[in-house]
Amino acid sequence: MSSPTTPLPSAVRTPARAAGGDQHATRGPEPELITGAEAVVRTLELLGVTDVFGLPGGAILPVYDPLLEAKTLRHILVRHEQGAGHAAEGYAAASGRVGVAIATSGPGATNLVTAIADAYMDSVPLLAITGQVFSTLMGTDAFQEADIVGITMPITKHSFLVKQAADIPLAIASAFHIASTGRPGPVLVDITKDAQQETAPFVWPVKLDLPGYRPIAKVHGKQVQAAAQLLASGKRPVLYVGGGVVRARADDELLALADLTGAPVVTTLMARGAFPDSHPSNLGMPGMHGTVPAVLALQESDLLVAVGARFDDRVTGKASLFAPDAKVVHIDIDPAEIGKIRTAEVPIVGDAKEVLGDLASAFRDLGAQPAQPYAAWWERIRSLQHQYPLGYTPTSDGLLSPQHVITRIGEISGPEAVYASGVGQHQMWAAQFIRYERPGAWLNSGGAGTMGYAVPAAMGAKVSQPDRVVWAIDGDGCFQMTNQELATCVINDIPIKVAVINNSSLGMVRQWQTLFYDGRYSNTHLNTGHGSVRVPDFVKLAEAYGALGIRVEKEEDVDAAIRLALETNDRPVVIDFVVSADAMVWPMVPQGVSNSGVQYARDHAPSWDDEAPGSGVDPDFVMPAPEGGVEPVSEADAIAGAEER
Amino acid sequence: MSRHVLSLLVEDKPGLLTRVAGLFARRGFNIESLAVGSSEVQGLSRITVVVDVEELPLEQVTKQLNKLINVIKIVELEPEQSVLHEHVLVKVKVDTATRPQVLEIVELFRAQVVDVTPEALVIELVAGSQRTAGLLKMLEQYGIRELAQSGLLAMGRGPKSITERIPRS
Repeated sequence: MSSPTTPLPSAVRTPARAAGGDQHATRGPEPELITGAEAVVRTLELLGVTDVFGLPGGAILPVYDPLLEAKTLRHILVRHEQGAGHAAEGYAAASGRVGVAIATSGPGATNLVTAIADAYMDSVPLLAITGQVFSTLMGTDAFQEADIVGITMPITKHSFLVKQAADIPLAIASAFHIASTGRPGPVLVDITKDAQQETAPFVWPVKLDLPGYRPIAKVHGKQVQAAAQLLASGKRPVLYVGGGVVRARADDELLALADLTGAPVVTTLMARGAFPDSHPSNLGMPGMHGTVPAVLALQESDLLVAVGARFDDRVTGKASLFAPDAKVVHIDIDPAEIGKIRTAEVPIVGDAKEVLGDLASAFRDLGAQPAQPYAAWWERIRSLQHQYPLGYTPTSDGLLSPQHVITRIGEISGPEAVYASGVGQHQMWAAQFIRYERPGAWLNSGGAGTMGYAVPAAMGAKVSQPDRVVWAIDGDGCFQMTNQELATCVINDIPIKVAVINNSSLGMVRQWQTLFYDGRYSNTHLNTGHGSVRVPDFVKLAEAYGALGIRVEKEEDVDAAIRLALETNDRPVVIDFVVSADAMVWPMVPQGVSNSGVQYARDHAPSWDDEAPGSGVDPDFVMPAPEGGVEPVSEADAIAGAEER
Repeated sequence: MSRHVLSLLVEDKPGLLTRVAGLFARRGFNIESLAVGSSEVQGLSRITVVVDVEELPLEQVTKQLNKLINVIKIVELEPEQSVLHEHVLVKVKVDTATRPQVLEIVELFRAQVVDVTPEALVIELVAGSQRTAGLLKMLEQYGIRELAQSGLLAMGRGPKSITERIPRS
């Protein structure tokens, strides 16, 4: 760093809401004396924050008073602080802006912990502001005291403890900057009650002083050249795309590179939507429940170009056996991700948007390319796609197929909608069977696997994207963890749609019990679905909250219910889709084995030498998306981009 | 396992030590020694950490440490090109018979006696780990009553400084 201080981000200098900014801007020699609480609100407004999610309590009470007068800042009162945290996450993930959550000290703050951990794992820009007991009482086990800075240290990108009013603007501006730049993440600002109550001159703009924070590395041109060379000489490359491409909104650059090179693309759970599912080069999701073509393409590849991906164990399977013949180009904004799991032959530290653009240029500059790039490779992949299309076996108990329900939600609502999911089987099906065409359309808890993410995240997404249809695709287990936010949605006119994929059980755990514990179903039955006592009855629950509740038990009613939900925008909608508990997520790579052992369906592993098309498909097998990837798309189409050069 | 000496230049902020120590703990690395004190730049502290890890995890820890907002710079110091010293205070039981022997050892190790009573001596030594270990070994036979050791302090040899190209306020 050449200058003693980090320059202010543009957001700090010129707030998005210029009107709000101007009226607060300090002019002349005498800065206005205001309370720390007022400084919190004013700083947020000056940073361009327009929405915050929170719940008051003793130690944050001072901040809630000036919130009443806030002109450009809307506070949405949640029913549980975890809801505020996930709402802020959903808000951020859908829009790319920083999500803000406010809570009081002690239990208020600890209720935020799950959401903070979630944001840390999935690199979500989250600003958490918590009240702290009086600085004079800190460390005395005071009422509602918790060392939240200490508690969240391993799960935040950074944190600030503020004990003086004068320090508030700088702390919040710094936190905002850190949360939103480089690899995004959660930042906590813990403010003592006395700091909120005392007055201090409000000075703005603030000068950030973060000499140890260098979020943006200069992209190494030679490494980019080397990566382009590898792409040009590779026979079986795969672009292994992770959530970093979504966070960097580098989808245009990725599309350009994919078209230019003709290399196949796999999009991880966090990257669904980073690359259009309608694109013939998209092989779908890799990993434990990835498509067979995506899993095996990685496995058989001779060159992985990993972009904003971190070789998560759910993607690699047994890491030492992952993509054994592949050289690795690893592009990430976080140097600590490179080489963490897999050694990279070509490490490139930088923002995905910039690096992908540079890489495309470098590749173009190389000129000489084979006329049919990767022809044999595509032949192999197309054969896998013919043989192992994504699909499912219909249920045999007469109950709804969850995959069918989710497919129809995606088809009827379309790619402009936002889909937030909980964690478990419904999450995997939503990742598999909804076709995503744009970043920010798919929100889920990938790294942390937080059940209960869907409803509050959908709520936050709807606040940031009020004109979009926002679905929470939830499970009956997940829904019961955070459905109290339906109250927030009803009261604040946030009309989300909730699809409860109700199999009356903790479905993914049940699936593992079926497969690995001899069908001994220990504590996975939830009694919410077919043939059970229905506690709770989700339709009644929805109605109790003032939402529209619909129950769907027959396949012929699925579409009508979805359409009714889409037409209903004066209140949230909850559809209780009563589905079969026996449906399982396939394909699947059992934990701890090589991805080469991917099973297409139960006891059905793709054979390495048997390439006869259709031989792997059950006659009843349902392939819900015939227009994409399954029925391809000639070789010529697939490499059209490459030929256009 | 191999021993590595890391020198960290950090902002002098509350909680910094917890952040650094926590990072090691989370990854399951044992900190062999730790020394913290101010640097020549106001507001910046210097931490010397000695860890016992293989190269690869060390690189990962270094990268993770670098990500800490308050960490400004990390340098691994090569033992051959560095001065590595620790500070030892040791209290040894003596009587009229053993005192001359202990004093002879003190002399041999170029240590100092900093406190004398009829029953005990407090000996001070600032030296590399080998010499301090040698002194302690020799003193063991007389009965070590109390021992306090600083973490290893380290500095690269030659004119260069770790704070070069570091912003000074």
